[in-house]
Amino acid sequence: MLEISLFHYLTLAAILFTMGVFGIFLNRKNVIVILMSIELMLLAVNINFVAFSSFLHDLGGQVFTMFILTVAAAEAAIGLAILVSFFRNKGSIAVEDISSLKG
Amino acid sequence: MIGVIAFYLFSFVLLLSAFFVITSRNPVYSVLFLILAFFNAAGLFVLLGAEFIAMILVIVYVGAVAVLFLFVVMMLDVNFSDLRKGAMQYVPFGLLMGGGLLAELVLLYRAWPVPHVPEPADVAMAVDNTRALGAVLYTDYVFPFQVSGLILLVAMIGAIVLTLRVRSSVLRQKVGDQVARKSGDVMKIEKVLKGAGVDHA
Repeated sequence: MLEISLFHYLTLAAILFTMGVFGIFLNRKNVIVILMSIELMLLAVNINFVAFSSFLHDLGGQVFTMFILTVAAAEAAIGLAILVSFFRNKGSIAVEDISSLKG
Repeated sequence: MIGVIAFYLFSFVLLLSAFFVITSRNPVYSVLFLILAFFNAAGLFVLLGAEFIAMILVIVYVGAVAVLFLFVVMMLDVNFSDLRKGAMQYVPFGLLMGGGLLAELVLLYRAWPVPHVPEPADVAMAVDNTRALGAVLYTDYVFPFQVSGLILLVAMIGAIVLTLRVRSSVLRQKVGDQVARKSGDVMKIEKVLKGAGVDHA
């Protein structure tokens, strides 16, 4: 207990990831909070990567964390841009209204 | 000892703020708790010896992504309390899924034998974190690095194209038309004869 091991960090990341998954269920109508839950899940993945990189003495994990950060930033920008243009057209951001492509 | 206390403090605040991100009624509070969660994750990264990633996390996530979220939340005129109606209906299912996932992950971590990697004796880890990252990022990972730059470019152009709105009702200065205008197109010099005047008004 007094020694912080890799297991502690992995468990923390697992709890954080689970919270992200649960956030999608809890806020299944609100696209903004769903995007934030996805950010939480990506943060959990980053914690995993950095913990492995630190405990296994391999810098590859930290490099990959930077790539994940890049992709997460791009994803947030595109997602919010889609959200803004959807809100302009429909006046709503509820998930069940996003069904225009349904045949 | 202080590292252990710091780990438990950072992870407690991280998990607490993550909980408030997904449960708070007002999305503005969600974004602010998300920022708190990012700061605590950065603290954990510092504990792990990844200072550069910690600073990048603060700069990119808090400085850019969270502020973007905040802008969008404040820009959209949505009644957010309507969006929470009927949310409790899916809580048991979500708890089941989340609990199952968590149990699976923890069981996996318990069963997985942690490989014992000895401390490297060479200079790769002796230099500071930022220098070591730069040494591998621009050599071994230079192609993914360039591709991530391309991803950011595509995301930037995509976001601009998606949100650009051309409004026809707004009078706007067209600099190109102004520069392309020649004096011969709009001005004519005529010789006026005495007593004849100009035949067109």
